[in-house]
Amino acid sequence: MTQPSLAELCILACSEAFRTDREIVATGIGPVPRIAAGLAKLTHSPGLMMTDGEAFLVEQPVPIGATGADRPQPAGYLPFSQFFDAAVWSGRRHAMVTPTQIDRFGQTNLSALGGTHRQPKIQMLGVRGFPGNSIYHPNSMFVPVHSTRVFVEGEVDMVSSAGYNPARRRPNGNYSGVDLRQIITNLCVMDFGGTDHAIRVVSLHPGVTFDAVQAATGFELQKGDLTETPLPDAETLAIIDRLDPKGARARVLKDNPPAGRSAA
Amino acid sequence: MIDKRMSAAAIVGQLQNGMTLGIGGWGPRRKPMALVREILRSDLSDLTIVAYGGADVGMLCAAGKVKKLVFAFVSLDAIPLEPWFRKAREAGEIEVLELDEGMFQWGLKAAAFGVPFLPTRVGLGTDLAELGGLRYVTSPYDDGEELIAVPALKLDAALLHVNRSDWRGNVQLLGPDPYYDEWFARAADRCFVSCEQLVDRMEDHFPDDAQRSILQRAFVTGVTELPGGAHPSSMPPAYGWDMKALGEYAAAAKDPGDWSAVASRFVGKDEATYLAGFGGTEAVTALPQTVF
Repeated sequence: MTQPSLAELCILACSEAFRTDREIVATGIGPVPRIAAGLAKLTHSPGLMMTDGEAFLVEQPVPIGATGADRPQPAGYLPFSQFFDAAVWSGRRHAMVTPTQIDRFGQTNLSALGGTHRQPKIQMLGVRGFPGNSIYHPNSMFVPVHSTRVFVEGEVDMVSSAGYNPARRRPNGNYSGVDLRQIITNLCVMDFGGTDHAIRVVSLHPGVTFDAVQAATGFELQKGDLTETPLPDAETLAIIDRLDPKGARARVLKDNPPAGRSAA
Repeated sequence: MIDKRMSAAAIVGQLQNGMTLGIGGWGPRRKPMALVREILRSDLSDLTIVAYGGADVGMLCAAGKVKKLVFAFVSLDAIPLEPWFRKAREAGEIEVLELDEGMFQWGLKAAAFGVPFLPTRVGLGTDLAELGGLRYVTSPYDDGEELIAVPALKLDAALLHVNRSDWRGNVQLLGPDPYYDEWFARAADRCFVSCEQLVDRMEDHFPDDAQRSILQRAFVTGVTELPGGAHPSSMPPAYGWDMKALGEYAAAAKDPGDWSAVASRFVGKDEATYLAGFGGTEAVTALPQTVF
């Protein structure tokens, strides 16, 4: 058997983040989160719902790049026109996204970098649905390059999603829906289980040390149990391959390293 | 019964400098691009554009038509960052009101219902309220919850592109997703619709598809037939987006990076000339749907 790739290890870790006994929409943006959502649905979390990328709900995840007869038939309907009513504002969703910046409070940015709001240095997408996602339903993140550019020292440049920053909470606002779950990176798995929801490292990928993760992070990390992130077994790898028959996952991490590499 | 047929030029002739215009569709999906091109051919200026933005927003920004933009994103999806929008923003050329996608449709609904705002939790804990001057409102009930008041996004006019319409403004949308088009129409004083196919009486042609009418004709001021009118965005189920054209459009933002040098290609002197540049109406309306 060939050794699993680091991307495949990340897919397994991301699929664990989606674990649930609820019937909610799993949205994975990008190949690794998308394959992970499908893996979760096909293994431990059959209640998960997912779309075909457009308006329909499917009961079998759509393999990346599938066309024609390889595409599952729709079983339900969830167009953009109902998305806020039915999925986001009802809390019936878990999204996994890749923000451009993340800070110690779990606040993220994908809108703009530097400059002013009138004239940003770099304009990105805009906040999209991040403010609503963050105030209403569970969210996780996948970060393919764990670095101080992503995990910034201060607050993110433009706070696009709510986190656990006490300074940004109004006394009578309802923040009960803020539910940040996990951050999976090319180095480790983190959660928000530290003191006052501080970010802590819960598992390290094979060959990675806590110090290496800390060095690549712009703020102080707390330590969880620091287990080793598990490798996907042959059965898991077979499902991953079915969900990604053309190998899009091989292009997510630079040089597509194996999962068991020694620390860089 | 009013005959609502008019030319694209007549539609744009009803718009004025400084107006607030809503544009239907979503990113690179089902945008009324032919009507946008007609605006680009006109001397309209100082517009406030309200849109789930794609190349519509990028082109209007590139051409200097936009005073202010109300947006949650501007993206071509497969090309995530809209390059002409990005240029305009990084040059500080436009005012903006940045909203969350859900807040945005909430603002359209407030306008549609004639109320000054609708409350939401969305935006709490982010920079949106402070940057956008959004105000807070406290529930008058015992819970006392504090919420953000999303202001009504009142539109002077809305522009939509649909599959079919008759001359009375009975429209049909055959794709699987209406996005928020009906709310753009209801938020607007006037709504102008371009369609792939114009028929005389809908009931004589497509009565079985009446449930595809997302919008009652009372909300439609004018209709015009513009086959291929969504190009280069998608028009489900008729045709997909033209990624080759969008790629060329995106590349032009870098080289030469001058809209006036490429406007003849991406706007054209008229719609027939524009479409001919991309293989003609038949080729454009035969582009395959993209799969995800």
